[in-house]
Amino acid sequence: MDAKLKQESPPDMARPDMARKEGMRLLARASFEELNTAWAAIADKPDVSPVRGPETGLVMVRGRIGGGGDAFNLGEATVSRATVRLSTGEIGHGQLLGTDKQRARLAAIFDALFQRDPDRAAVEALHRQIAARIEAEDRRTAEETAATRVDFFTMVRGDD
Amino acid sequence: MYVAVKGGEAAIANAHRLLADRRRGDRTLPSITIQQVVEQLGLAVDRVMAEASLYDRELAALAVRQARGDMIEAIFILRAYRTTLPRFGYSEPVDTATMKVERRVSATYKDLPGGQLLGPTFDYTHRLLDPSLIDDASVKEPAVKEPGERVMRVSDILDGEGLIEGDGRMPEGHVMGDLTREPMEFPMARDLRLQALARGDEGFLLALAYSTQRGYGRTHPFVGEVRIGEVEVELDLPELGFAVSLGVIRVTECQMVNQFMGSAKQPPQFTRGYGLVFGQSERKAMSMSLVDRALRTDEFSEDIVAPAQDQEFVISHADNVQATGFVEHLKLPHYVDFQAELDLVRRMRRDYDAARTGGPDDLKEAAE
Repeated sequence: MDAKLKQESPPDMARPDMARKEGMRLLARASFEELNTAWAAIADKPDVSPVRGPETGLVMVRGRIGGGGDAFNLGEATVSRATVRLSTGEIGHGQLLGTDKQRARLAAIFDALFQRDPDRAAVEALHRQIAARIEAEDRRTAEETAATRVDFFTMVRGDD
Repeated sequence: MYVAVKGGEAAIANAHRLLADRRRGDRTLPSITIQQVVEQLGLAVDRVMAEASLYDRELAALAVRQARGDMIEAIFILRAYRTTLPRFGYSEPVDTATMKVERRVSATYKDLPGGQLLGPTFDYTHRLLDPSLIDDASVKEPAVKEPGERVMRVSDILDGEGLIEGDGRMPEGHVMGDLTREPMEFPMARDLRLQALARGDEGFLLALAYSTQRGYGRTHPFVGEVRIGEVEVELDLPELGFAVSLGVIRVTECQMVNQFMGSAKQPPQFTRGYGLVFGQSERKAMSMSLVDRALRTDEFSEDIVAPAQDQEFVISHADNVQATGFVEHLKLPHYVDFQAELDLVRRMRRDYDAARTGGPDDLKEAAE
């Protein structure tokens, strides 16, 4: 039973692709302002050329029967994505829910910058900023939800 | 039969112009923004997303506004929009066990890990109209408390004792179906039925679910658990070789626990129905789980005696876009068709009158 409780373990950041994956997760949740401000702050911006998109399409979201059984198709969600190449050669991918193509393009740029040693620290700072905001939002929601926790008392039938 | 007609362009253009005027309403009042619809009519937005089968809060809010609040029209508009977009792929299945829970209640266990979390519910309100909302009175910030332990699945608690069937498994070698890619065929496998129910009309599913409670295909249900919250959507990127998160969506999940089944080979255990719906909609998720269980007659060798157990009846009529299309097309010009019917009934009347002036033998013949 414990195995089913799947604790959310932090991704192993020692593996470079896992760090990139975690970065992409955060960039997908970034607001346009967060991305745009961080982009404006990058000195010596490399030239960015589009490889694919930005474009909006659909992803069929899947669920699992009973929550943990075989998969079924639940319904679609809008997704915007972009792939860019920096003048220094790195290729970045951005993909996020919704129809905001500019956010997807900026996310792709930061995914590419993350692979560049001179810019990595700046991208990591952006990651931390987004993570902190999400954590604060989730924390707030969890606290609000916790305040609605109730203990029902079962009345014994036939009792006076 | 509908026969194409020509003409009427000016009248149609003016009708649409009038519609735009009526949609806007009194110009001295401010126009409502999409963000206002998202924030303040969120459950209408959720219903449109669920039944259009497209998760996008802004677009659903736009559809609600464009449809003047007509939900089925909004669902129709959003469903039509999705056909204009390319399909990028299929997500990894969402993991509702790791949901960021905003509400979770169980009717089967009073005390359970994670507790009963009421969240933003209409339950226990008195359903009295609130005049304070007329004047836009200020609203208090929510109360907060230190979060407790992780919310555990009720089905896992029962599963630990082996008293409940497992999460649903499809037969070996089954290929997952997709209603948006293949035409409907019956009998329909459970995965496809769940896809159809997830986008089915809330009112239709509610009525069917209610019918099972009233004895038309009784399933003896208990709400094992209803939970609402955000889950992460991940998409595999072949160019990278791993799945990445696209963000989070809010879903409602219902685990219905139903009366036990057993056989010579298997000890008695509870059976289950499952509901999963976009957005916050526990009425729909509960209805879906009741109908899902009712439709599983083949798995439990149950006789089909009620509408809710008849998959062709349920699935064929659950989609309100299809339903409204076919019902509402009746108001389009059927002039030619009707003229033919009119001719026919006139001829029959002539025969009838002729027979009456003739004799009883002739009348009998006319009736045949």
